[in-house]
Amino acid sequence: MSIEIRNVTKNFGSFSALNNVSLDVPSGELVALLGPSGCGKTTLLRIIAGLESPDGGNILFHGNDATERDVRERQVGFVFQHYALFRHMTVFENVAFGLRVRPRATRPSNDEIKRRVHELLELVQLDWLADRYPPQLSGGQRQRIALARALAVEPRVLLLDEPFGALDAKVRKDLRRWLRRLHDELHITSVFVTHDQEEALEVADRIVVMNHGNVEQIGSPQEVYDNPASPFVYKFLGNVNLFHSRVTAGRANIGEIELQLDDHHEAQDSPAFAYVRPHDIEILKERTGEPSFEAVVSYVHAIGPLVRLELERADHTELVEAELTRERFKELDIAEGARVFVQPRNVRVFLDPASTS
Amino acid sequence: MAAATTISQYSRYNAKVARNRATSEPVWIRWALIGISLAFLTLFLFIPLAAVFTEALRKGFETYIAALVEPDALSAIQLTLVAAAIAVPLNLVFGVAAAWAIAKFEFKGKSILITLIDLPFAVSPVIAGLIYVLIFGLQGWFGEWLSDHDFKVIFAIPGIVLATIFVTFPFIARELIPLMQAQGKEEEEAGLVLGASGWQIFWKVTLPNIKWGLLYGVILTNARAMGEFGAVSVVSGHIRGLTNTMPLHVEILYNEYNYAAAFAVASLLAFLALVTLALKSFIEWQTARSAQINEASADE
Repeated sequence: MSIEIRNVTKNFGSFSALNNVSLDVPSGELVALLGPSGCGKTTLLRIIAGLESPDGGNILFHGNDATERDVRERQVGFVFQHYALFRHMTVFENVAFGLRVRPRATRPSNDEIKRRVHELLELVQLDWLADRYPPQLSGGQRQRIALARALAVEPRVLLLDEPFGALDAKVRKDLRRWLRRLHDELHITSVFVTHDQEEALEVADRIVVMNHGNVEQIGSPQEVYDNPASPFVYKFLGNVNLFHSRVTAGRANIGEIELQLDDHHEAQDSPAFAYVRPHDIEILKERTGEPSFEAVVSYVHAIGPLVRLELERADHTELVEAELTRERFKELDIAEGARVFVQPRNVRVFLDPASTS
Repeated sequence: MAAATTISQYSRYNAKVARNRATSEPVWIRWALIGISLAFLTLFLFIPLAAVFTEALRKGFETYIAALVEPDALSAIQLTLVAAAIAVPLNLVFGVAAAWAIAKFEFKGKSILITLIDLPFAVSPVIAGLIYVLIFGLQGWFGEWLSDHDFKVIFAIPGIVLATIFVTFPFIARELIPLMQAQGKEEEEAGLVLGASGWQIFWKVTLPNIKWGLLYGVILTNARAMGEFGAVSVVSGHIRGLTNTMPLHVEILYNEYNYAAAFAVASLLAFLALVTLALKSFIEWQTARSAQINEASADE
């Protein structure tokens, strides 16, 4: 089932949690709402579920307005950040809850409930825990039981609030691959909230980047990573180098180098910010024909598959961070204090919003 | 399993600390502190309690029983039980409703409601009784209307019940508010999303989570309802066999120099208090146990 969000606004007192947000979640997709804490992502998720009501705007399920529809009638599955398992019920009863509370006419028989619950527990690979109580489970197990409980009511939409937020790094990685596989199997329209860009980039079909109650960009992980629509998105998705620059008629100056841009042709000596990812910084020992600037290696961090360098520009204006493969680092044969030439690739230039407005 | 290991780890740790000279007080300080508290307890709690039972049985077991089965005593016992039987369930409903509203919803005037719930703790019980006399008494606001309709509140059972409800109503709400606030509303929301109705959520999710706190509140309410003297004394009128509760009956017998009977009825009240205390410690032990299990599992 598709979800459409149309011009939704929500204020808490004078704080604007959502500011005219619109987005589409196509049927069967796994969408991530990504943003820093306080950006409104959880509020949006709760509005989709019906746990909060928007101050303005509409929520459409499958083209039908569901804004006024009661939570119970929305047929959504919701996985809470801290799982919210019923602590006094066994795992079995937790999963069976959604079926047991149905009105008599639509409630499955006891045998049917038993069959369905065990089927779901097998799906999340925890059938052997059926008689345990939630406090006796580990975080990862609770997470999967919460998911099984949400799926028991056969929801048409699955909503997950920071599904891996409270887990340690290893379990987190396993679980998010598992969630991706589960989604590929069930094809249920799913929306999950996260503040972890790595998680969103790895799991989601589509990422919605949010900031201060606004949608900054919507796109596939590839799109938002390679073509960030705003400085915020650029900074939020991974490490980045920021250069102060000036743009004149489609040409940007960074220190002594000049870059030809695809846009900003009408700009006249406007202040701008240039962004380059650390892995797009090429380090050279000799000056080539390409535009580059001189720098001194001030720090080398060589743990793991990538070598991180910190470089100080020769004009002492900015620090530059670079990431190289081990092979390239060996090939260069440099150490702290070495003089090198820095050649930025894939530079994205955004005009300073303060000067354009 | 995790729970068991954590607890045993802690108890081993505590034992080590107790044996460690460097972290504990000198012996004489420890014994002095224990001695003072024991002496205090004996003087102010244990001796009076023992005195109640010895005085009650001083003139033999038959006199004791006779004092309890005498019609006025029976009527006092009955009235006390009736007042408690009405006040406790009403305060149960009120306490749960108020705690629910305060813990799970945001609304204007919430802090006023919290303050109002504490009012009976702040006001002297005698004043509480007087308030009802002023409202329902013959010269009170509704006095004329009530006497026209031949309905007695003051110097009758309704007044006693009202006064009892007033002095006991903070107990359950006070017990539940912090508990429900700590539990938050995620479990209720989970129930809602899973399609449960308000009633189903209350019975299947909320109530099982607060049952020990609720029971504790009920026991405290019951203890106070049976033992209340001041407020009830003002509205009762002390009519023997009609409007006397057990505490009032004890007072009357005592004033008549009928010590054996006074202490006999008092011993019954003391006995009820002891049962209440035993129940209370059992519930405290239960709550501590379930809290420990939850904590230990949250730690892992």
